[in-house]
Amino acid sequence: MNKKRLSYILMGEAGMGIILLLLCIVFAVFGRNFATPGNMTNILTQISINTAIAVGMTFVILLGGIDLSVGSVLSLCTVLAGLVITNDGMPVWLRIVLAVFAGLGGGMACGLFNGLVSETWKIPAFVVTLGMLNMARGAVLLISDSRTIFNFPRAFNTLGSQAPWGVPLIFIFSLVIVFFGYVVLRFTIYGRMIYAIGNNEEAVRLSGHNTKFHKVAAYVICGAAVGIAAILYMLRLNIASPILGNGFELNAIAAAVIGGTSMSGGKGSPIGTLIGAAIMGVLNNGLLLIGMGDFARQIVTGFIIVLAVVLDTYRAKLSRMLD
Amino acid sequence: MAVLEINKLSKSYPGVQALAAVDLTVERGECHALLGENGAGKSTLIKAVCGFHRPDSGAMFLDGERYSPLTPHDAMAAGIRVVYQEFNLLSFLSIAENVFFDRLPRKGPFVDYPKLYRDAEAVLERIGLRASPRTPVEFLGVAQMQMVEIAKALSGECKVLIFDEPTATLSPKDSGRLFEIIRQLKSEGIAIIYISHHLNEIYEIADRLTVLRNGEVIGVRDVADAGIPEIVKMMVGRSMEAEYPFSEKVGPKNRVIFEARNLRFKASAHEVSFALREGELLGISGLVGSKRTETLRAIFGADPKQGGDLFIHGERVEINTPRDAVRAGLSLLTEDRKSQGLILALPLSQNVTMAALDKASAHGFMNRREELRATGQYVDELSIKTPSTEQLCRNLSGGNQQKAVLAKWLYRDSRIILFDEPTRGIDVGAKYEIYLLLWDLVAKGKGVLIVSSDLNELMGVCHRILVFSNGKIAGEVERKDFSQERILGYAYREYIR
Repeated sequence: MNKKRLSYILMGEAGMGIILLLLCIVFAVFGRNFATPGNMTNILTQISINTAIAVGMTFVILLGGIDLSVGSVLSLCTVLAGLVITNDGMPVWLRIVLAVFAGLGGGMACGLFNGLVSETWKIPAFVVTLGMLNMARGAVLLISDSRTIFNFPRAFNTLGSQAPWGVPLIFIFSLVIVFFGYVVLRFTIYGRMIYAIGNNEEAVRLSGHNTKFHKVAAYVICGAAVGIAAILYMLRLNIASPILGNGFELNAIAAAVIGGTSMSGGKGSPIGTLIGAAIMGVLNNGLLLIGMGDFARQIVTGFIIVLAVVLDTYRAKLSRMLD
Repeated sequence: MAVLEINKLSKSYPGVQALAAVDLTVERGECHALLGENGAGKSTLIKAVCGFHRPDSGAMFLDGERYSPLTPHDAMAAGIRVVYQEFNLLSFLSIAENVFFDRLPRKGPFVDYPKLYRDAEAVLERIGLRASPRTPVEFLGVAQMQMVEIAKALSGECKVLIFDEPTATLSPKDSGRLFEIIRQLKSEGIAIIYISHHLNEIYEIADRLTVLRNGEVIGVRDVADAGIPEIVKMMVGRSMEAEYPFSEKVGPKNRVIFEARNLRFKASAHEVSFALREGELLGISGLVGSKRTETLRAIFGADPKQGGDLFIHGERVEINTPRDAVRAGLSLLTEDRKSQGLILALPLSQNVTMAALDKASAHGFMNRREELRATGQYVDELSIKTPSTEQLCRNLSGGNQQKAVLAKWLYRDSRIILFDEPTRGIDVGAKYEIYLLLWDLVAKGKGVLIVSSDLNELMGVCHRILVFSNGKIAGEVERKDFSQERILGYAYREYIR
């Protein structure tokens, strides 16, 4: 194996897995209380929501698109679900089920709008989703009358704090999403279609496929992931609020890109994205434990995001050099 | 006195001798026509003159001095300018800004607009473009945009002005005005190289002509002494060089498998109608720009249609997208296999099944076993040279990439197959294999339509050839009547009138 090929592999998923391990080791040595079961549970809780969103984001980025609206759409979904779940007229189990549907439905509707508008009028996704970022924020403030919703059913709140064998339930849910994304992308016709379109949309169209439909569907899937992430958020913090979710889009994009998803599309996987989210989470938690303040940490994680994109361009360059 | 003198210029690409010791001299105030079939070497020659690539050997002299441009910028600085068929204008900027874009007059750090407009006005007057230099280019028509291009060429020092198919997009009236300008430029002493398929134009403005074929100069004539038949003969040559498999035993059946009636599409002003029979290899010939590719793309729904009906086995079919086309039983192998035929970053196996995912899947899940079986089958049948079925397509050679595209559509198993330049850029051995395959397809009763710029190839493999000329089907030739003169005669028909 030559040097270039090795460095290419190291910049991909495998390399990121190694970096994750190294980070853990470094923090375990230098950070007090990092390598404790309690802190591990903590980290898993912290990365659950970002992981769920980032898997949806991976679908969209694989197609060469982007979704900047995930943060405010997430907020919208929590409020929609929150209004349903606090509706006293129904039995608790029904409220919970309907809340999940409300969150999913809200997310998918926003995704459908993003996909349809950008595909129908051939508008860059970042413009449409930037518009959606504002629209969803305005809508959620309007619907909620800018008030935070709490007083969820007790059953719901206890569900959220479950952590069998130290693994938080909400992390298990987000793992299910990762698994679902992996299966769809790896084994289904639709997954094949996403990689193919991300690499060469015109060739796919000329092979007799409706590329537009598949692209819109990816935005809907991303919306669904955000809807589920909204429910996970409510399980974790037991609130639904019109002001949460700021900056979530950056974290999700960073997780995907750090995990090896190419910003120009066609390359990446949800497993990588999970690793990317874990790196972000470990970094955030570890830096806190070695005594770094909030503001300084924000600088570091922001820098990591830039670094991830730089890494992405290097990957592209290396893969061209390998041919 | 010769302004530009080209002496024994040669250039080769892997497998192709694009230019073989080409000589060309252009005098002061002369309009010199450069003629030749598609791929004769005209573009390569112009590109060498303009510094886009360096010749392998030979020399060029400009005004008697050695001239060897390393970049297009060198060529411009030396006074060699080109007006391309496609314009390079910045549509939101004004005429004046476009004309002087590479050397805007300045006053300190600012653009000296009053001077810019004065200078531009002078150039526009010289070529007779009556428009304010302040007009944004986007408001101009095609003919006016071309005049802006000419003005741009004349804004600096211009010794040699090259026109590449300048009338392809102009109306007859605008062409007339262009000739006026060219005559005037001649009288000013500028040397002009004129490339066009329209032979009648040559008689209007050119003084001499040079004919290229297969990268060689076939002859130089004074336009006044050369008749159209002689020119066509010079362009065509005589010999059929390659061997083609053709069997009299496999003939087309009487049943019509596909028919297009009054097909109209945006790129062309004319309607196209023809029928393809079962087991027939129907060739489409014509010059570059005669709308052959566009016709295939319109049939396949790759580009929108504007009217007309398509029939398969006598039944009308609605085809608006490639998806409709594939469902109706059509395949299209595009000219550009890298950007339109294959997904280079994906492995061979995934490309093979790309047009028939339904066959290699069950309940929405890919059936990898079937995918690998099918790929293995085509690797054997088409002898695709690849280390494995998982080799990325970008690492395959040109001929094997073309075979990968073939495999993709063979797996789809359509009844009607449209080929656009199936053997372009492929070595002789692979070409022959592809011809055999075409014959295999018609033996199975499929209908095959082939667009090719290689006339010998079409005459070698087809039962019948349709000749396109400027968007019209100018003629139809049966195999027994195949001759280059006849087909080229049709090909030029709409350009000569």
